[in-house]
Amino acid sequence: MPPTKKKQPSVRQLPKAPTGIQGLDEITCGGLPRGRPTLVCGGAGCGKTLLAMEFLVRGAIQFNEPGVFMAFEETTHDLTNNVSSLGFDLEDLVRRKKLVIDYVYIERSEIEETGEYDLEGLFIRLGHAIDSIGAKRVVLDTVESLFSGLPNPLILRAELRRLFRWLKDKGVTAIITGERGDEALTRQGLEEYVSDCVIVLDHRISEQVSSRRLRVVKYRGSTHGTNEYPFLIDETGFSVVAVTSLGLKQEASTKRVPTGVTRLDAMLGGAGYYLGSSVLVSGTAGTGKSSLAAHFVDGACRRGERAVYFAFEESPSQIMRNMRSIGIDLQQWVRKGLLHFQATRPTFFGLEMHLATMHKAVTAFKPHVVVIDPINSFIIGGNEVDVRAMLMRLVDFMKMKQVTCLFTNLTSSGTSGNTDLAVSSLIDTWLQLRDMEIGGERNRGISLLKSRGMSHSNQIREFLLTDRGVDLRDVYVGPEGVLTGSARLAQEARETAAQTAHEQDVERKRIELEGKRRALEAQIAVMRADLDAQEAETLSRLEQEQGRGRQLAKERVSMGLSRKADVGGKTTGQRRQAE
Amino acid sequence: MSKKNVDNSVAAFEKAIHGLNEMRYVLRLYVAGTTPQALRAISNIKKICEEHLQGRYELQVIDLYQQPQLLQGEQIIAAPTLIKKLPLPLRRIIGDMSNEERILVGLDLRKKT
Repeated sequence: MPPTKKKQPSVRQLPKAPTGIQGLDEITCGGLPRGRPTLVCGGAGCGKTLLAMEFLVRGAIQFNEPGVFMAFEETTHDLTNNVSSLGFDLEDLVRRKKLVIDYVYIERSEIEETGEYDLEGLFIRLGHAIDSIGAKRVVLDTVESLFSGLPNPLILRAELRRLFRWLKDKGVTAIITGERGDEALTRQGLEEYVSDCVIVLDHRISEQVSSRRLRVVKYRGSTHGTNEYPFLIDETGFSVVAVTSLGLKQEASTKRVPTGVTRLDAMLGGAGYYLGSSVLVSGTAGTGKSSLAAHFVDGACRRGERAVYFAFEESPSQIMRNMRSIGIDLQQWVRKGLLHFQATRPTFFGLEMHLATMHKAVTAFKPHVVVIDPINSFIIGGNEVDVRAMLMRLVDFMKMKQVTCLFTNLTSSGTSGNTDLAVSSLIDTWLQLRDMEIGGERNRGISLLKSRGMSHSNQIREFLLTDRGVDLRDVYVGPEGVLTGSARLAQEARETAAQTAHEQDVERKRIELEGKRRALEAQIAVMRADLDAQEAETLSRLEQEQGRGRQLAKERVSMGLSRKADVGGKTTGQRRQAE
Repeated sequence: MSKKNVDNSVAAFEKAIHGLNEMRYVLRLYVAGTTPQALRAISNIKKICEEHLQGRYELQVIDLYQQPQLLQGEQIIAAPTLIKKLPLPLRRIIGDMSNEERILVGLDLRKKT
């Protein structure tokens, strides 16, 4: 053992050979045990051969580890054709000496056993193939066919044991596939020999819906995910969704994501949802859930962000047509590559598969926002628990990816405060759309049931779908309760009328008052004129009086003078007083 | 069915068996090195050929280690393997050739019981 540079508390990881298969390396914490055989078993048609082939192809292309595929069931030609649909060009790899495909033909009727034999032929053949290209990886698919093709199982068992040991000595990382048996993992009990790593593939049907799952049963000397993980096989090959391993470790962002509706942003503390939060829009049929979702997507695309719309009830073109009627053109975003629609029927495949495809789409498209419309359509015959588990994993995944996710949920009328799925605990912001039936018409209302971590409006708003999109209005709240729609309009009209009448009344009173004032002022003017006249008269009379007085005094003085009096007028006065 | 037909077919079979006896055998024995098992197989098959196919057989012994490229074409996995190239049908006989009865069946020299 070479001395390590630093002294570490010796946690020596088992050397591993990465498979390059999406998700599988996560579950196995790095890949298959390097230089050891791994058993992959499962029933017919569950993807064993494909897993093994992808291991070799990815090994050859991505990790520069050539491989040998020893096929016991399919001919080279068939194998090449089968995997070419997944984009693997085996012929090219063979030409470039990255891959050797050796088809082992065993025909029981041609073989006669005449005593002891061994499988040295197979060893030499495999050894030759390995040495010819310096292979690091080997697949034996399916080695159990030997049992049906060759007599004397006792010899075969001993030889297989020797084969696996030989593979280990060769230092190649091997995958041995085996058909699932009734009781044991494989029909011939291969798990007894290949004991380093065992992976079980499963393809099961429930409620007529199939789902594929993978489980690492055993992995000697390494930690690994122990759950059953869904996997899918599509045009890009094999991919495993390692979702159940997620913990509650997501970063909580304080950034906000606008809702696409200005008034709704205002209701949510003025800024919208939190980045990476999960939003639930619930409501009865036709309350505008999808429209709100479309607004959200439209708003995101307007900001140049990417969005994925998972539709489970309507086709993309139907959604786009419907949204055009409220003035939202989603098609432009699809054309620009900002919006990706993924529409599937919920019954198309199992929940796990849905989860897996959503994972794949999110991982591939890297959206900022995601819409899932609706979640309740997954409920098929009492699988609420499974659906809830799936949603939980989905929410976890989205949070980890910091994707703001909007779910819509159709509720049956009457159950206002909860969803059919009881997912409310997973949801950060819950908008409720509701029908309000007043005055012979249905109107839409929107309210915020909750919004974690922000102050938000507690009021009900009227939710209007106009040809320019969603509009929120204050509802009329008065003595007659909450009024919406034409009732609100009527009430507003009534109020306007009352207001006008009131204003007219006031105006009239003002005019009246003005009239009175004018009349009074006129009166006052008359009286003042009268007063002025009297005053003038009085004054003139007073003047006259004074004039006369002075005249009298003059006359008296002159009279006194004429009577030879000694003093003037004053004396006369005093004298008069004395008199 | 008339008696004549039966006679005819019997004659045809007789002729076929006779023809079989006349046919040349092309045999190849593949062994993996000079193990005791391989040597045993070689001596066993030689003995059987001398006894039953004297003068009309061609036996070639090939060491797989010397010519591993032959394995894929000949579809050999077990050792030792005797391949009856001619007469057709092609037949593979595996093992150390210790069971003479079975070898004779495999070489179409005796019917399966």
